[in-house]
Amino acid sequence: MPRWGMVIDLDKCTGCRACETACAMENNVPTASDDQLAEGRGITWMKVLIQVSGEFPQTKITHIPRPCMQCDNPPCTKVCPVKATYMAEDGIVAQIYARCIGCRYCANACPYSVKYFNYYEPHWPEGMRRQLNRDVSVRLKGVVEKCTFCHHRLQKTRESARAENRNLAEADYQPACSEICPSKAIVFGDLQNPSHRVYELSRTPRASRLMEDLGTEPKVFYLKKET
Amino acid sequence: MSDPETMLAGLPQDEQDLLRPLVVTTGKFWYAAMILGLICCFGLVAYLRQLRYGLGTTGLNNPEYWGIYIIDFVFFIGISHAGTLISAILRISNAEWRRSITRSAEFITVLVISFGAVQPIIDLGRPDRALNIILHAQPLSPLLWDVTSIGLYFCSCTIYLYLPMIPDLAIIRDRKIKMPGFYRVLALGYNGSPRQKHLLEKTIGVLAVAVIPVAISVHTVIGWIFALTLRPMWHSTIFGPYFVMGAIYSGIAALLIAMAILRKVYRLENYFKDAHFNNMGILLLLMSCLWAYFTFAEYLTAFYGQEAAEMRTFWDKLSGRFAWPFWIMVLFCSLIPFCLMCRKKTRNAWGTTLASCFVVIGMWLERFNIVVPTSVNPRLDLYQPAHYAPSWVELGIMAGTFSGFILLYMIASKFFPMVSIWELREGKESVVELTHRVSDYLPETLPPVGVQPAGAAAPL
Repeated sequence: MPRWGMVIDLDKCTGCRACETACAMENNVPTASDDQLAEGRGITWMKVLIQVSGEFPQTKITHIPRPCMQCDNPPCTKVCPVKATYMAEDGIVAQIYARCIGCRYCANACPYSVKYFNYYEPHWPEGMRRQLNRDVSVRLKGVVEKCTFCHHRLQKTRESARAENRNLAEADYQPACSEICPSKAIVFGDLQNPSHRVYELSRTPRASRLMEDLGTEPKVFYLKKET
Repeated sequence: MSDPETMLAGLPQDEQDLLRPLVVTTGKFWYAAMILGLICCFGLVAYLRQLRYGLGTTGLNNPEYWGIYIIDFVFFIGISHAGTLISAILRISNAEWRRSITRSAEFITVLVISFGAVQPIIDLGRPDRALNIILHAQPLSPLLWDVTSIGLYFCSCTIYLYLPMIPDLAIIRDRKIKMPGFYRVLALGYNGSPRQKHLLEKTIGVLAVAVIPVAISVHTVIGWIFALTLRPMWHSTIFGPYFVMGAIYSGIAALLIAMAILRKVYRLENYFKDAHFNNMGILLLLMSCLWAYFTFAEYLTAFYGQEAAEMRTFWDKLSGRFAWPFWIMVLFCSLIPFCLMCRKKTRNAWGTTLASCFVVIGMWLERFNIVVPTSVNPRLDLYQPAHYAPSWVELGIMAGTFSGFILLYMIASKFFPMVSIWELREGKESVVELTHRVSDYLPETLPPVGVQPAGAAAPL
């Protein structure tokens, strides 16, 4: 069974936020008005966080793309009273939107705050509605959602690979963020498969994970900035 | 129906006093009920608006996921510890002064649990799917433990309220002062025969013991809802006992306020005496010390470790955006009640009621200080701290549920005597038994008061 994971090279990330946009388009993430954003209710499955270190003029800015960490020991799935979030066999933490009761306990339990609650009915500007992704269900108001590593792409490609009677190659399954990244900062693949790039990258001394001390065992690795 | 006063005229004095609210209703009652009813309607309108437009009508956001509703949930369930726990402990310890206060306390419990239990459902994004908690139950979730223990608590408290009320219901049935059919059904054919009485007392005794662990489990589990997450200032082992202690504290305060109001409006000065307020005041004093101790222990643990994530929330509470609610809480929960209750002079009806008002407000603030500051300070420091200001919808629902509880309590006082008639009588009859019991504790050679044993020194 593969263990899907991601390695993000912070040296390569330019902070262009193409991953945020690609993610929102791919996953039918609703748009938010300025008022809603000011209320702090925008939804961004992939979010580029900004870390500023050092004193002016020696300031250093690091852009940290933050998807769901897809923890191996996820604090969010344990607390869900209805099993609307759970870890699938391939290690991806899934959400069942049709079952979620909207108690937001999982969102509170997540130390990385990657879970978002739908405070409104989903909304897109006129014209954008016509290009919604048919492979991803639209979430109604009142449920929690988050990054799924574009799990629908895996389901699709797994089917076709099975039909063609071949094994999945690294290029077969890539989430929207790693696919779009212009500087190739986001690398995605099977952490246990030596033929995938993430296998080596996640084992380099530069690799670390966010808040590793919590013991959540995230499957998203960051290659620390060296320049 | 004949005139209520003539109906009461032939009855013993205690029945006259305690059954009068059931048949005489003053204009003031109707006014108060009307105002409370209007506030309830406002709360209902607010809730309908939230149902229609979703939680976008609240002040919540990402990551400030929990607000007023969860605060009220913890607060109401806390208040519910007044009744059953206090009444059970007093019953088991055979405290004679309990007799006139257990009933009003148990009523608070039963009525307030429902208003507490409904809060998380108001808080749900999809209340239409609330039944999923049973259909797709996930036993590892502390929320599910909570549903279980609150459900059990509600059932046992209702039985624990009802059983000791049966003899009183039989009295009302026999006096035929109100709705004969209703009380005949409720009294379950009780006629006070020795066998029935023995069975009743035995059952009450068993229930009083059984209900204590259930009550403790309820608020422990509510504490665990927070403590079992990895959030700074929530993830603490003290939360279980801290919540139980806080619940009892706010419960005692709520009971004292209820006693003071009942005493005033129904002229029950003979039943809620200064001794009751004094004794309850001592309990309040004890709890205020315990509160200060627990709070100090909690904050010292967080402070001493100096973990960065904890310290952000810690300083936000002590000197940051939540300094006002924090220090008002400290003042209202420890300093003011302690100063009022440590002096015998202010431990009277007025003093205890005043202290209780401070405690109730302070304990609400405590729940605010637990829920909000942690929510707005995510553990990952790459996020900006969030903000939270409750909307009118949240405040309206809060006002509605508070009024709803008071209104139901008022209505209950019109159908059931708020002081147990039969237990009071039994108390009077048990004086002989009491002297007998007291003599069990003491050495038999002790001379009676006022008689000097031979050869003893003269009193100073």
